[in-house]
This record gives sequence, structure tokens and C-alpha cells, in this order.
Amino acid sequence: MSEISTNSVGFGSVGIVSAQTAHFDAPLTLKSGAVLPSFDLMYETYGTLNAAKSNAVIVCHALSGNHHVAGKYHESDKSAGWWDNLIGPNKPLDTNKFFVIGLNNLGGCHGSSGPSSVNADTGKPFGAAFPIVTVDDWVNSQALLLDYLGIETLAAVIGGSLGGMQALQWTLAYPTRIKHALVIASAPNLTAQNIAFNEVARQAIMTDPEFYAGDYYSHNTVPRRGLRIARMLGHITYLSDDAMGAKFGRKLKDEIKYSFDVEFEMESYLRYQGDKFAGEFDANTYLRMTRALDYYDPALDFGGDLSAALSKVKAEFLVLSFTSDWRFSPARSREIVKALLDNELTVSYAEVTAAHGHDAFLMPDAHYHSILRSYFSQVEV
Amino acid sequence: MTNTTQNNVNSTNKINLITKYRQDFAIIAGWVGFGSKVLDLGCGDGTLLQFLRSSLDTKGYGVEKDDANWLACMQNGTNVIQMDLEAGLSGFEDQSFDTVILSQTLQAMHNTEEIVQEMLRVGREVIVTFPNFGYWRNRIQIASGGHMPVSKDLPFQWFDTPNVHLCTINDFDQFCKNHNISVIERKVITEGNEVSFMPNLMGNLAMYRLKVS
Repeated sequence: MSEISTNSVGFGSVGIVSAQTAHFDAPLTLKSGAVLPSFDLMYETYGTLNAAKSNAVIVCHALSGNHHVAGKYHESDKSAGWWDNLIGPNKPLDTNKFFVIGLNNLGGCHGSSGPSSVNADTGKPFGAAFPIVTVDDWVNSQALLLDYLGIETLAAVIGGSLGGMQALQWTLAYPTRIKHALVIASAPNLTAQNIAFNEVARQAIMTDPEFYAGDYYSHNTVPRRGLRIARMLGHITYLSDDAMGAKFGRKLKDEIKYSFDVEFEMESYLRYQGDKFAGEFDANTYLRMTRALDYYDPALDFGGDLSAALSKVKAEFLVLSFTSDWRFSPARSREIVKALLDNELTVSYAEVTAAHGHDAFLMPDAHYHSILRSYFSQVEV
Repeated sequence: MTNTTQNNVNSTNKINLITKYRQDFAIIAGWVGFGSKVLDLGCGDGTLLQFLRSSLDTKGYGVEKDDANWLACMQNGTNVIQMDLEAGLSGFEDQSFDTVILSQTLQAMHNTEEIVQEMLRVGREVIVTFPNFGYWRNRIQIASGGHMPVSKDLPFQWFDTPNVHLCTINDFDQFCKNHNISVIERKVITEGNEVSFMPNLMGNLAMYRLKVS
């Protein structure tokens, strides 16, 4: 869920990229019943759509991601897109073969319509008035983007965490439009513990005096403290205890000063990550992304029976989890696998040994990337 | 379940494939139905499933713990689930497979009774194969040399062997009797040839086709 860039632009990079906006004038009815009269989706593409239009892959982002998945906007950019280690010429998701689409989900804060976008009716940011969006809504809007791009069928959808939920939802909502789903470090719904973490994050934001019930834009401020704490909490849960121990341990910044200043390296890291995030992300978007996570539960309409929920699925699956991921544990991925097995669907499942916790899905681990490379090499286009 | 006969298959194709592979595979193929749904536990690099798929048009999944083997399976188009068999088969529904196979892995299992019961729960039929510890060459190594046997089929020293539950054909017959498991068929092979005379002494690899009594 955090943006990690391990590769700079160079060999295997998609190079310099630019984002585009797709505008949709037809009203979109959301799962909540609310209607968006029109909306924008910000997206990027890498590689070339083939003549048969059969090589498109959507990359779905997680909590804090966006459409900038690979490459750089300028040579001088400090970091590349958030999954640049995966996507590019001769990389596991090879842009010589595939036409890769990254987009910013509805409710986002990176160019797609969201709480910080200007409402044409009022000339002011939507703020709290922007509706609650769900994983289902995102997938429906992604399908509209496909229509806009003239693509009927996706070779694959890939996503980690909340992105994995979107990949799964694609196979449910549009079984004939998706051939392969790569569901990574994900779950068929959130556990109570996970909802609890999200609620603490939301409370941090909503109780910040600068929140102004979500309309902080008109007060020319942002609930920076709340967003910062929410992000710090998130970072704790994305890492494993072991990874934190290995990276920070009990290392001190300096000698113990018997104060509440930053004493430990761990604190320094969290504060840095919190400050960085609070300076670039929108609090209302964060609230909505966590809510989308909470609400996603495809088995709900089937009495909790995920196997029944997946009965219309046709896609082939690769499901991956990471041994040290306790936020989206391997057991949750195995629930998805079981439902797929019950439906006799084509599925492979691996539990990748990794120390990094939930964040492992963004890391360029050799075995993990061999799996993805092998899988994508077998996807027919 | 479709009843299997070799007639169902393009015979030339099948013979070519069998000779390319192994005698134990040929026997397993004879026990697996055409087009049936197979679960191969400890499937290695997926060779057996690939063989069954190409010769009998089977569908199904492999289960494999090792990363390199798992990747090899995926690369040859075998559906493979990474999990540890010692934890049982909780991800698989009762009677959801025509055949569940455990090929030359039983002797390395800690929870031997549990895995056999789990296989019988998940599969309508079960195939188990294992190296027969009663094979005369093993007996000679103990009787004359006074050492634990080391051979092509049991290539480990006593201290580094993964084979924690070696047994003889007589032992396994007894095990089945005690656990109300019915033996549909048993075949014993040595160096690729079927053995019928004194199998517990002359047989190298024991192969059982089982179901619940």
C-alpha cells in the first residue's frame, strides 16, 4: 500500500509517460444508490494495444495508489511509478506483449473525480458531498474506461491488497470480459481486526479539528495531523514485526534524552512517512478508500457462501499471498482459493516466503517475480 | 465418474507417452478414469499430472510445498496449490475428486494416518505408492551389513532421510485392514516390471488403489 520505487528509469523501463483523462457524461449509479451525473478517470497506458485488442491488462491500485504505475513523467523525477519493478519491456508484466492500463479510482485524489475535485454545480470541491464509492463501483467504472478505449475483453487484471479485491470483483461482475485474474495479498472481505484498523485511521482524520466535517477545502486547510496518524498506523500494519525489527530494531537517533522527541529510528520513520503522506494525499479520499475495503464482501448476498458467489466466474486465477503478511494473511487468500476449487476453476496458488509483511507485494522478490513472469508468459493474447 | 479403459484413449499417443515416462505412471493411468478429476498430493514438478492430462484428458490440481517444484508445475501448465500436506486437506471438499494420488510421499509424512483419512474423505478413490521396505535388497543390507538400507529408491542416510515412516507391503496391508480401508487393487513392481511372486520380498515399489470400506 505504500509507494515503493526500486527501479529507476533505464533498461526495462517504459520510459517517459504521461497521464490522460477520460471524461464520462452518462450518469453512473453507485452501489449506495447515489448517482454521479458525470465523472473523470485519470489513466496511463504502457505498451501497444494489438490489432485484435486482446492484450489489455488493468492494474488496480490499493489504498494509496494511483494511475502512475510505471515509468516517469520527467527524467528528473526522483521515483518511477509505484509498480515500476513489475511493468516494462522484458519485465514480468512485459509491455512488449501487453497493453497495460493503470487508472486512478473514483473517489481518488490524483485526477479522477473525487472529494477534492471541483463540483461543476457549485464551483467548489465536492468535499463531504462526494458519495461513498465501493469496489463494485470502481470495477464498473473501469469497464466504462475499457468501453471508452474500445476494448471488449481483458487479457488480465492484476492487483494487490485492495487491488486484488478489484481483480476478484472483475471476474464476478464481468465474467466474459476477463480471461485472467491475479489476486495478490488480498482477501474476500476484511476481518474485524482489519475494519478496526480502518476505523482508528478514520477517527484520527475525522476528529482532527481541521477536518470541518470533510469540507476543510473551503477553510483553506487540511486535517494533516489526522491523516498523518492514519498513515503511521497503516505503515505499522503493512510491515511484519520481523521486518521492523531488522530495519529499525531499538536503534536510537542519538543518546537517550528522556523526552517525547524522536528518540528511536522507528519513530523517525513513522513520522517521516506520516508527514510525507499528509502533504500529498487527500483525507476524504483516504476515508473513502478504507470504507471501500470495509464494505467489500461478495459473499454477503449468498449467505456468506463465497463458493456460491463465485459460481458464474469463468476467469483463470493466480492467487498469491506472503508468509509474513498479517494484515491480509495467507489464510484469507486460501479462502478465495477454496471457493475457486469448489467451482472447479483453473487456479494456482502460492504462499511466497517473504519477510516484508503486506508490503511484500510491491517488492521485487526474485521468486515472486518469477511466478508473475511465468504466469504472464502463459497468458494468451 | 467416467470409467477408464485404455481403449478410450488414442492408444499410439498413450503408449508413446508411457514409454517416455515410467511404469508406475502407466499403472496409475490404468486406475484413473478418462476425463476424471484428479488431485496429486506432493506432485513434484507436475510430471504425473501432465502425463495423465495428455493421456487421459484429466483435469485437476497438484499440491506442492517446494517453491522450485511449484514454479515448474505452473510453467508446464499444471494448476498447483502451495500447501503443506501435514496440515491436512482442509481446502478441499468431501468427495470432490474422482482420484486422489499420493505418489512415493507417504513414507515422508509425519501424520500418516491423517493424510490417508483425508485422501479418502476428499477422493472417491485413492492411489498410494511407496517404496517397499520389505524388498530383499533392503533386508540384505540390514541382515548382512547391519546398516540401514541405502539404494536408488532410498538414497538417504539414516540421519538425513526425510523418510520417517517406511513400511513394508505387509505393514500397509495391515494398516488398511485396521483402518477399514478396502484395497481395490494392489500392484507391486521392481525395475519397471510387475511382481506377483512373493511381492513383499521381491517388490520394490508398492502401489495401492483404495477406497473406503
